[in-house]
Amino acid sequence: MKFFSLIPVIVIGGLLLWAGQDFPKWGDVESPASKSPVSSHFIANTGVDTEVPNMVTAVLADYRGFDTMFETVVVFIAGMAVIAILRGSSVGRPRRKDHEVEAEPDLIVTNTVRLIVPVLQIFAFYVLAHGHVSPGGGFQGGVVMGASFILIALSWDLEKAMSRFPIERCLFVAAMGIVLYGGIGLLSMMLGGEFLDYAELDKILPVSREMARYHAMLGVEIGVGFTVASIMFVLYANLASEGRLKQGL
Amino acid sequence: MIGLEIFNTFILLLLVVAAVTSLWVKDLLVSAVVFGVYSFLMCLLWAEMGAVDVAFTEATVGAGISTVVLVATIFHLRRKSND
Amino acid sequence: MEGGSLVSELFIERLNYCIYVVLLLIGLWAMLAKRNLVKKLIGMSIFQTAIILFYVSIAVKKDATIPIYLAEHDPHGSHAKVATEKNATGNQDAYHPVELKPETVKGYANPLPHVLMLTAIVVGVATLGLALALTQRIYQGYGTVEEDELLVKLERADERTSVSPVTGAKPKGRARSSTQGSKAKAVASSISKNKSTAKNSSVSKTKKKIQSQSSSPRKTSGKGKPKPKS
Repeated sequence: MKFFSLIPVIVIGGLLLWAGQDFPKWGDVESPASKSPVSSHFIANTGVDTEVPNMVTAVLADYRGFDTMFETVVVFIAGMAVIAILRGSSVGRPRRKDHEVEAEPDLIVTNTVRLIVPVLQIFAFYVLAHGHVSPGGGFQGGVVMGASFILIALSWDLEKAMSRFPIERCLFVAAMGIVLYGGIGLLSMMLGGEFLDYAELDKILPVSREMARYHAMLGVEIGVGFTVASIMFVLYANLASEGRLKQGL
Repeated sequence: MIGLEIFNTFILLLLVVAAVTSLWVKDLLVSAVVFGVYSFLMCLLWAEMGAVDVAFTEATVGAGISTVVLVATIFHLRRKSND
Repeated sequence: MEGGSLVSELFIERLNYCIYVVLLLIGLWAMLAKRNLVKKLIGMSIFQTAIILFYVSIAVKKDATIPIYLAEHDPHGSHAKVATEKNATGNQDAYHPVELKPETVKGYANPLPHVLMLTAIVVGVATLGLALALTQRIYQGYGTVEEDELLVKLERADERTSVSPVTGAKPKGRARSSTQGSKAKAVASSISKNKSTAKNSSVSKTKKKIQSQSSSPRKTSGKGKPKPKS
């Protein structure tokens, strides 16, 4: 089996290496990907269209907003599927003997985490809100936020984290994130534009069309952050406890 | 300029070493942790390539969440792997 | 074709592509040849990151900065500057951010592959979590995540419930799959080490389910099929 699987691997490797000689050299300014009018347009016009200095955020949330919306939906569906697969799967099964832990949560660890978690959560909000002018955005901020709850669950136990962020609230917040994203899109549609055409929001916001896109992008990123944060915690909570949602690691 | 290329190549070779190691070892926990190392090396490489947003995402997602999720799964499985 | 130029083309000027290919092949080989399911998933992640690495590397431009506007191109930076000038000189011209010139565009890395790959990473971890949930479920059902042991146990489970080849070949798809699922559960709980009374009751329950579910393919095929012994 190991020998036979080498055959497709070597064939594919040979084909890829053969194709490799046609690729542009490292850092080629004239490479097809960099010369294409689409990315040149994004680089040249992001500042004019949206006034967002970080082009990645602008392309992510505005020019390619439809794509990002459904990526968020994919993350949401993956969280739902994990819950559906693991819920009730271990009912009646005894907990494994080698997982019994009698010790209290460690004093040093818990006190350190007590100090770290608020800073981490404020950092998550900073990353989310400051994603327009620096690296960051909804995905990164959401993951840092989810990681703060995972940190609580790791240093105390899962019940402590679940009391802060119960699973029902996780799902509600995750759904709210998508509703917020889609709601901003629908709102711009109702105001006369197309779906996710944020410029139309200048009719209800006291700003110019460019700044309306700027602010709508922030709303969209908040929606993404909600979904990603809660789904990351849902993933951890279900996988660490085999769907029991208590005790955990 | 040549220094940067040497740095890139060095990180790329380390990536191959980390990938092979994480698949080589028979202990799944070691495998997961070496995969975290792989993710951090990848994050370093992307930050050097100028893809700061991607590097940030990889640092939080790839090295943080996916390592934790892998360890959480291995906790409930047998830790030894046969190959 | 001279071989020397090909080698220098590939392994000196495009060494980075060779290493991406090696990483991709490591992931592919792990997915094909490794028998542990967790190892397969790690191989899948390596495969995925190799592709993401390729995408990010085609966005690199020599001597280019990261895709965030420098202070002189920053709309708000220049806006602030224009505002102070306006106050100083009394110039009433409205401010408009200007489109960048093609030679300035060359100074910024290409943002489009970054965006595509950023979402791919987050979706990748979500799918990895989903796959790990399935792995945990397989371990609960069969007590192993090694592929070869898993195949042996599946075969044994098929023998024990004695599906005749005729009815097993053309049953209704839905009925068969659900029967197999409950079969697997029954076998798994019988081979699992930690037996309890609660589990024994669940075993008999699932066997009852097998009987009730296997009645539908028997009706369609019209042949007498040996009942699973309870």
